[in-house]
Amino acid sequence: MLKKTPFYEKHIEMGAKIVPFAGFEMPVQYSSIISETLQVRKKVGVFDVSHMGEIEITGPDAENFANYITTNDVSKLSLFQVQYSTMPYPDGGIVDDLLVYKLPDKILLVVNASNTDKDFEWIVKNKRWNIRLENKSDQYFQLAVQGPLSESVVQKIVDIDLSTISFYWASSCKIKNKNFLISRTGYTGEDGFEIYGDTPLGPEIWDIVFDAGKDLGIAPIGLGARDILRLEMRYCLYGNDIDKNTTPLEAGLGWVVKLDKGEFIGRDAIMKQKHEGIKRKLVAFEMEGRLIPRHNFKILSRSGTEIGFVTSGAWSPSIEKTIGLGYVGIEHSKIGNEILVDIRGRKEKGIVVRPPFYKNGTHK
Amino acid sequence: MKVKEGLKYSRDHEWADIEGNIVTEGITDYAQHELSDIVYVELPKVGNEVRKGSAIATIEAVKTVADLISMASGKIAAVNEELKNHPELVNQDPYGKGWMVKIEVNDPNELNDFMDSAAYENFIKEEG
Repeated sequence: MLKKTPFYEKHIEMGAKIVPFAGFEMPVQYSSIISETLQVRKKVGVFDVSHMGEIEITGPDAENFANYITTNDVSKLSLFQVQYSTMPYPDGGIVDDLLVYKLPDKILLVVNASNTDKDFEWIVKNKRWNIRLENKSDQYFQLAVQGPLSESVVQKIVDIDLSTISFYWASSCKIKNKNFLISRTGYTGEDGFEIYGDTPLGPEIWDIVFDAGKDLGIAPIGLGARDILRLEMRYCLYGNDIDKNTTPLEAGLGWVVKLDKGEFIGRDAIMKQKHEGIKRKLVAFEMEGRLIPRHNFKILSRSGTEIGFVTSGAWSPSIEKTIGLGYVGIEHSKIGNEILVDIRGRKEKGIVVRPPFYKNGTHK
Repeated sequence: MKVKEGLKYSRDHEWADIEGNIVTEGITDYAQHELSDIVYVELPKVGNEVRKGSAIATIEAVKTVADLISMASGKIAAVNEELKNHPELVNQDPYGKGWMVKIEVNDPNELNDFMDSAAYENFIKEEG
């Protein structure tokens, strides 16, 4: 049985095309994936991301434990600060990528919908010290309001001054006298906010957000556009670009691995890989033509030798080019390196480029 | 889902408009809806010989890719050049501005076994 988020009825009312995703019935698009992508780049859009998982760690050792299971340094977080991180296996492969929130009474982990149950099992299996773990995914709704106009919209409905919230910081706030958690975060490259609250309050907040954004042309955005927006920024998607067979270093996520922070799961393996050097790397590439490289298509050198595989690919409406990500041997990963992608038997030309693909994002 | 009268329809969700020995072909409203945003259509060269049942164009959509299957044998007489810069015409107007190719057919009777609009309407009801 597929689950529904509290916004399911809203999606239907707004004409969404619904698809099964990570065990939920989710809107893939409302009008068109391309126009929704541009809507977020130019104005403001609203995403139902309630399918994401929320895992709470409480107790005196919550922070130490979060630090033990993730690669970034949780001890560096100030109260209400947010951190992007990865959760590795002992061999350095990735269980999931996630956001870590340091809140007054807990550490909140926001994880990928398709991984929530797996993650929770993994975390419980590695439980230590004086902590309590709860999978609260069903009790949270999550709405993302993203785009250059997002602050103007959200400022109308919250009781706090959003100009004081920097990128990757959070705050508690009130909307219509009820309590919510809000952070200046997102998966689009644009300025934006993510609002978390009790599931039953979701539909009312949806209406309030749309009322507030009406005169700025706010629109709902589906998963199709979300995937393009994140790819244009070269943000990794678990299951496509990263998984248990890839390490944070190979994926270019070394910036969220703090090897000197002390003991954590996967540290030895990642340290060893760092010393020996990675053998392959996730690269961003642009295609000369318009055929789209898709997940698992082969990447070849210009002389025709297989050198890797595609992990994500799309037509980018923001830069009007066909783009992709893929793993290639380290010797083929330099910016400017020319590659071929085997697209259903045709060898199509591409070139490794410096990410992100889209360079004018408004994220703070 | 719109189905236009007077056309022939394939089980692969192509339509054909037959005028003498020229067949105009495209994909149906149902097909464009299933594919969602079409971002590129790779069309054949004018003058190419094509066989009924062979793939003659590649339709890249955001989430997937599909072939246009030729509904008749003959020669490509024209392609819709507008689609090069405006592939979204296929989504917006699949039976009109979103047409893909015109085929000069050897034998228009080759299209007799395709569905008419009423049969196709039933067909997509069963598929959906």
